[in-house]
Amino acid sequence: MLDLVLQAVPMDDSWINLDFTAFVQGFWSNTFGGLTYGAVYGLIALGYTLVYGVLNLINFAHSEVFISGVYAVVFTLTGLGFNGDAPNLALPALIGDILLALLAGMIASAVVAFLVERVAYRTLRRRNPPRLVYLITAIGVSFTIQYLFFLWRGAQPEPSVILLPTVPVFDIFGGLVYNFQIVIIVAAIVTMIAVDQFIRRSRTGRGIRAVAQDPDTATLMGVNRERIIVITFIIGGLVAGVGAIAWIMLVPQGAQYNGGFILGVKAFAAAVLGGIGNVRGALLGGLLIGLIGNYGQTLLGASEWSDVVAFVVLVVVLIVRPTGILGQSMGRSRA
Amino acid sequence: MSTVNGPTLQPDPQAEQDELNRESQRPRGGAVSRWNTLSRPAQWGILLPVVILAYAAPALNLPILSTETGGGGGTNWNINLFQMSYYALIAVGLNVVVGYAGLLDLGYVAFFAVGSYVAAMFTSPDSPFFKIPYLWTLPLAMAVTMFFGVLLGVPTLRLRGDYLAIVTLGFGEIIRLLATIIPAVKGQVGFQNVGRPPGSIIGEDGVARPLFSASNGAPWYWLTITIIIVVLLLVGNLERSRVGRAWVAIREDEDAAEIMGVPVFKFKVWAFAIGAAVGGLTGALAGGQVGFVNNQSFTVQQSILFLAAVVLGGAGNKVGAIIGGALVAYIPNRFTAIADYKYLIFGVALVVLMIFRSGGILAARQKLLAFSRKAYSFLRQSPGSASDRQRSEVKR
Repeated sequence: MLDLVLQAVPMDDSWINLDFTAFVQGFWSNTFGGLTYGAVYGLIALGYTLVYGVLNLINFAHSEVFISGVYAVVFTLTGLGFNGDAPNLALPALIGDILLALLAGMIASAVVAFLVERVAYRTLRRRNPPRLVYLITAIGVSFTIQYLFFLWRGAQPEPSVILLPTVPVFDIFGGLVYNFQIVIIVAAIVTMIAVDQFIRRSRTGRGIRAVAQDPDTATLMGVNRERIIVITFIIGGLVAGVGAIAWIMLVPQGAQYNGGFILGVKAFAAAVLGGIGNVRGALLGGLLIGLIGNYGQTLLGASEWSDVVAFVVLVVVLIVRPTGILGQSMGRSRA
Repeated sequence: MSTVNGPTLQPDPQAEQDELNRESQRPRGGAVSRWNTLSRPAQWGILLPVVILAYAAPALNLPILSTETGGGGGTNWNINLFQMSYYALIAVGLNVVVGYAGLLDLGYVAFFAVGSYVAAMFTSPDSPFFKIPYLWTLPLAMAVTMFFGVLLGVPTLRLRGDYLAIVTLGFGEIIRLLATIIPAVKGQVGFQNVGRPPGSIIGEDGVARPLFSASNGAPWYWLTITIIIVVLLLVGNLERSRVGRAWVAIREDEDAAEIMGVPVFKFKVWAFAIGAAVGGLTGALAGGQVGFVNNQSFTVQQSILFLAAVVLGGAGNKVGAIIGGALVAYIPNRFTAIADYKYLIFGVALVVLMIFRSGGILAARQKLLAFSRKAYSFLRQSPGSASDRQRSEVKR
């Protein structure tokens, strides 16, 4: 019997290899690369976390909200004359163009998020269905938008668009840090702080926290629940728009009809890792998922491992600490 | 408020009233309840012609039904029938998870894939493993996928249901990625000459050919519907047993079920494992018929199609699942003009169905299931307002 088992599992290296040399050699550049990817995951994760905090719903369509922003960014940049070569523009013009594309991405994502909420979820909320119905609707909406993009743009990714000439800025222990990495990480941190402060300090933010904590009481206290939900979706969309331009900066060929899908799963894993419903946790979780994924893919030797590793992290977090690192705290955080 | 309810944030008296109105307007004694009052032999008597018709379907290649567009185009009718039957089988399996226990599995294709790979790796000459006869891979595939189901279910099923949705969604993709990047499972190259059941047939030219071949769908179709009937009997028995009642209780209100002493976690894992096993069985069948398994066909889109099949037919209703599964396979084969749009169509169908008719084509009325026929006949026979009151109590 044991003999059969041994025959069933060939004991050569055809299953999994570990490449420690590459891991050690590329450690620092992997760290920065991972943090950059992680920043994008964090930006997407924020949309999941906000909607989950307020509605207790995994908005599967958020990956399509994000990819709509990516398409808007790519179209705007192509319209402005960007292409697969590094742009040769004066700094103010470059910044102007990038801001314009950022704006387009944010608007597109926010509009899609708004429409998804209005058309699907709001209609559904009036009917008070079981939770399963929400989830199936969410995946249906995600699938529908994905295939609308497929019919419109086809299976191929859009031609690549390069925003910044890639320039190494400094190096740490031999790992080069590039300008776009710094831009992305800084943008993610700034966005995160802005959203965090908005939710902690503004009147609307207090409404969001109130609805997340106890929707019935919040309604009794005069919070307009429907308005808060729409605003939550729109904030998620706006942040996904920031994520969209960051993604294009990172992966110039990143606009593909199903490109949001696996990113969405990873971003959700990030949100759970940081503590779902927790704005700061989203960025922390994103950065960690980015790092772990990047280390994993170097160690194991194929870029697809990054997705597998992120998924394994999600499952392990769910076993060990389902509330995430920082805890699920949107409702409980005080102003 | 229970956590099992949807994300609705406040109770809606209007909706509840609507629900009550709908309940009272439902025609009493419709086809379903008339069916339920029949004796078991009478039910079999009615079902027998249906079963015979199903077995005779390869002869029913009528112009209006046919998926062959003439000139060798379209899908061969028998292959189409096999596809319909395996979609139906997979819908029956997924229905156990989604329909009975109310757990959303968005990566069902992963179990299908594992089943296909088990069939391929233990029968194909391309694989270094020891070989077993094809038919033995069917139970083996079920066992292996069941193991995967438990492996995935145990960490996630303790938590709230929606984590399961995202974990299975990820798992579906991960299995495909693993099939690509692990050298031993051969990625896109895949495994050729996957085994087939024994038996041969003498062709017109007097040469013996294998009865079960990739180009001959009919034997595969007959094998699959036989398996469907067996699975339906088993699942039907489970549905009417303590297990089935536990599933319905979990689906309707997990907290209440837990308080009433239903071992919620255990039965959720069971539902998940049984669903996975049927998925693996179907995968082994499909892999055997096509005769070739690689990483290309196990996409997330497939999972969503499977889900659409269950939802279309009516989650929680095994007959509905069969019809839904058959339709999801048949429609793109029959109407080739819209085949390119099938993902879009079924995606929209999911949303529209959920918003307007979340019960699907054949809505399950399983609130009474726990009491089954006894309650039905009791309620139908006892006269006067007492029965009405009891009926409404049972239904609530």
